[in-house]
Amino acid sequence: MAKVKRRHFIRYIAGTVGGLAIGWSLLPPRQRLTPGDPLPVAPGQVALNGWVKISPDDTVTVVMSQAEMGQGIHTSLAMLLADEMDASWDRVKLEQSTLDKIYNNQAEILDALPFQPDENGYGKRAARWMVAKIVREVPGAMGTGGSSSVNDLWLPMREAGASARAALIAAATDTWKVPVNECRAEAGRVIHTSGKSASYGELAARAGQLGVPKNVALKDPSAFKLIGKPVKRLDNPGKINGAAIYSLDMLPPGLLYASVKMCPTLGGKVTRFDGSAAQALPGVRKVVKLEPYAGGLASYGAGTGGVAVIADTPFHAMRAVEKVSVEWDHGPAAGLSSRDAINALSQALDKNAGKVHFSHGDSEGAMKGAAKTITAEYRAPFLAHATMEPMNCTVQFKDGAATVWAPAQGPAFAVNAVAGVLGIKASKVKLIIPQLGGGFGRRTFVDAVSQAAAIAKEADGLPVQTFWSREEDMTHDYYRPAFVSRHKAGFDAQGKLVAWQAATAGSSMGAPSFIDGSSKGAADTGYGFLNARVTHQGTDSLVPVGIWRSVGHSYNAFFTESFIDEAAAAAGQDPVAFRENLLKDNPRLLRVLKRAAELSGWGQPLAPAPDGAKTARGIALHPCFGSVIANVAEVSVGEGRKIRVHRVVCVLDCGFPLNPNLIKQQMEGGIVFGLSAALQGEITVEKGQVQQKNFDTYAPLRMRDCPVIETDILASAEHPGGVGETGTPTIAPAVANAVFALTGQRLRSLPLKLV
Amino acid sequence: MLTIKINGQDTAVNAEPDTPLLWVLRGELKLVGTKYGCGQALCGACMVHLDDEAVHSCVTPVSAVGTRSVTTIEGLQGNEADALRHAWTDIDVVQCGYCQSGQIMSACALLKKTPQPTDADVDAAMNGNICRCGTYPRIRAAIHMAAGSR
Repeated sequence: MAKVKRRHFIRYIAGTVGGLAIGWSLLPPRQRLTPGDPLPVAPGQVALNGWVKISPDDTVTVVMSQAEMGQGIHTSLAMLLADEMDASWDRVKLEQSTLDKIYNNQAEILDALPFQPDENGYGKRAARWMVAKIVREVPGAMGTGGSSSVNDLWLPMREAGASARAALIAAATDTWKVPVNECRAEAGRVIHTSGKSASYGELAARAGQLGVPKNVALKDPSAFKLIGKPVKRLDNPGKINGAAIYSLDMLPPGLLYASVKMCPTLGGKVTRFDGSAAQALPGVRKVVKLEPYAGGLASYGAGTGGVAVIADTPFHAMRAVEKVSVEWDHGPAAGLSSRDAINALSQALDKNAGKVHFSHGDSEGAMKGAAKTITAEYRAPFLAHATMEPMNCTVQFKDGAATVWAPAQGPAFAVNAVAGVLGIKASKVKLIIPQLGGGFGRRTFVDAVSQAAAIAKEADGLPVQTFWSREEDMTHDYYRPAFVSRHKAGFDAQGKLVAWQAATAGSSMGAPSFIDGSSKGAADTGYGFLNARVTHQGTDSLVPVGIWRSVGHSYNAFFTESFIDEAAAAAGQDPVAFRENLLKDNPRLLRVLKRAAELSGWGQPLAPAPDGAKTARGIALHPCFGSVIANVAEVSVGEGRKIRVHRVVCVLDCGFPLNPNLIKQQMEGGIVFGLSAALQGEITVEKGQVQQKNFDTYAPLRMRDCPVIETDILASAEHPGGVGETGTPTIAPAVANAVFALTGQRLRSLPLKLV
Repeated sequence: MLTIKINGQDTAVNAEPDTPLLWVLRGELKLVGTKYGCGQALCGACMVHLDDEAVHSCVTPVSAVGTRSVTTIEGLQGNEADALRHAWTDIDVVQCGYCQSGQIMSACALLKKTPQPTDADVDAAMNGNICRCGTYPRIRAAIHMAAGSR
């Protein structure tokens, strides 16, 4: 998730450094309690800070700066605030935040900085301090991505809850004229030692008048009532009775629908079109030409033009858009094949290994002196996000102002895109973010939002829902970039690993090399290599590429953890024992590895599959997003050489586990998402056109192929790490390593296929 | 104009007869709990019941409904539905939730036909429903829980 933010972040730096550089060191850290503008309140409602409002009926409204796309973040964040506030959990309601600097996501940016997780040198601390300062001040640096939300808001939302609680207690002591130490808060009430009590709703007005308290103490973890507990999701009821509202379900009065047909060739555009046949169909209001989205960077894939039909119903729009006859300008990608593009990555590594992203010791020298070396090349394909809710956005442009309903992971990006297209100020754009029907990074990109604004401009003030068919969604994604990685390991005469080299090539999304996250998961492995070098060669891409759940880790964990397995085999060692030797100075990773081995029965005999087929285990370990994960996969080979995964043991250290239930959900989800890609995920391009158009050819895992997943979350009191993407990276290498253990065949390309 | 029975109500429909039932529900009748996911009967987000059978509304022309009774997630009731919703909540199945209307419609049709399904029954009945969030293990557990609780 972090990558696109960085791209924008560079622009922010360019635009804001001048104005902020002076006086930084004199300013205290800006707290995140009080927004620039007071929160909007309903009659009788009182805002106690930028994160919580109280109504006279005791409803506690918690402000959500983050998008809910399935990861359970709304429940998690509400728990942080409600616990510190001693609010009554069943009175908690949620409300989307405004755009304000207090909601800026600092952790998302900080995690993207190119440092080893365990590094703590001056350079890292100085860079983090400076960047944190910048992010605090930059308008619109909000976002849901990089598995960063809890990491970022762990303290601010607790502080907001504690501050509200202190304000309510102050209101009670002020009203009752009693000392503060005679009052306590519990389940939405302040209670005096005499037994007298008042509800938060009754105290809110006075609390609001008294202002934000100073020097508020947070709870000791032993006093947590919600935090750390397996609290159920707040969004359960609406998601099982059809009432949950997604962007596609928004029904503003007068709603029109626009169906889109984009050039099938990536980066193509309309030369000319004839909309007369479409225009003659029932319900059709207008046929519109769409310019290619211009907000991306040309170096990693251009936007694609097309046509849209605005009609009175979704079906009328869909049917009519097929009748628009279009002559396409197929553009520079017209001859592109993904096979050639991936081969070109490999050829690029023939020429040079790229820029150094990590170096330790003298890997060249050690490699030269090695008694034995092994090499291997790994490949990962382009992948689509394929969120269940296809891309869409509803815009109403009326009287010089816009209302936007969008599934957006980056609200300011969406607002700025609409403002830019409509030629209005961002302050004239109201953005409503409903539930997201999946995100996985796709909805950080605002191509569909920009398109919807252009279409709404043609609708005479009526709201228009622009919605993509599954085919348009799948063929016009910002794909997980294809990557090629070359690895070399050197061993001394005793079989000890003395040198490690990795060189990757792929699209780095145009970010400057010093903050290029392409090597996330390759450079920061956590292994104590004696001599190591990790390089990366960034390449331009005609295929639009973007952030995809777990970003660089999604391919680098496969490369690294597969090649570690190869190195263990070359050294004649057990894969777990081999890793243990490399982790002597990394107790955190070592603990996760050992627990995974223990829980999976590593080294013990394994029962055959239900049909009697032989089975084997494979392991993979990976630090990412401030967490550490290990997977042990049990696989067999079925009919047609099909790889089957029966059971996955997942061990996680994510720091303090805020909600073990939601964390387990994310591990299961991340593993299934990663397994879909590992076994079946591949986007191919021929003549510039994506060949997979729907779920028949880009096939996610289905129920019958889903393994049993057992997750163990290790106890920890450390600051929480991320979990939304952490489950995805390790499953592919765990399965590949199991296939090797079972068959002796080393699969070095994704998706994993036995031939 | 057609009249079809939706969630127990006789409902007049203006749409052309070839309009997929999904778009009648979502576009004309504003019953948006039934979702569009693929348009090709591949993902199951659009599942509704015709009588007690789970069908893909995205490929079912509204003219093909005839006298059968359409049930959507909004109108889904009864012992099986109650048990499933209870289990779904108890196990915390949902994540993004977009596919869950369809998952519950398929699961409910299964339980009406096969009150005590085996894992193989669950695999077969739920094979048409994709979940990108990966809720399958919990869906399986919730179906078994719902079957056991009745």
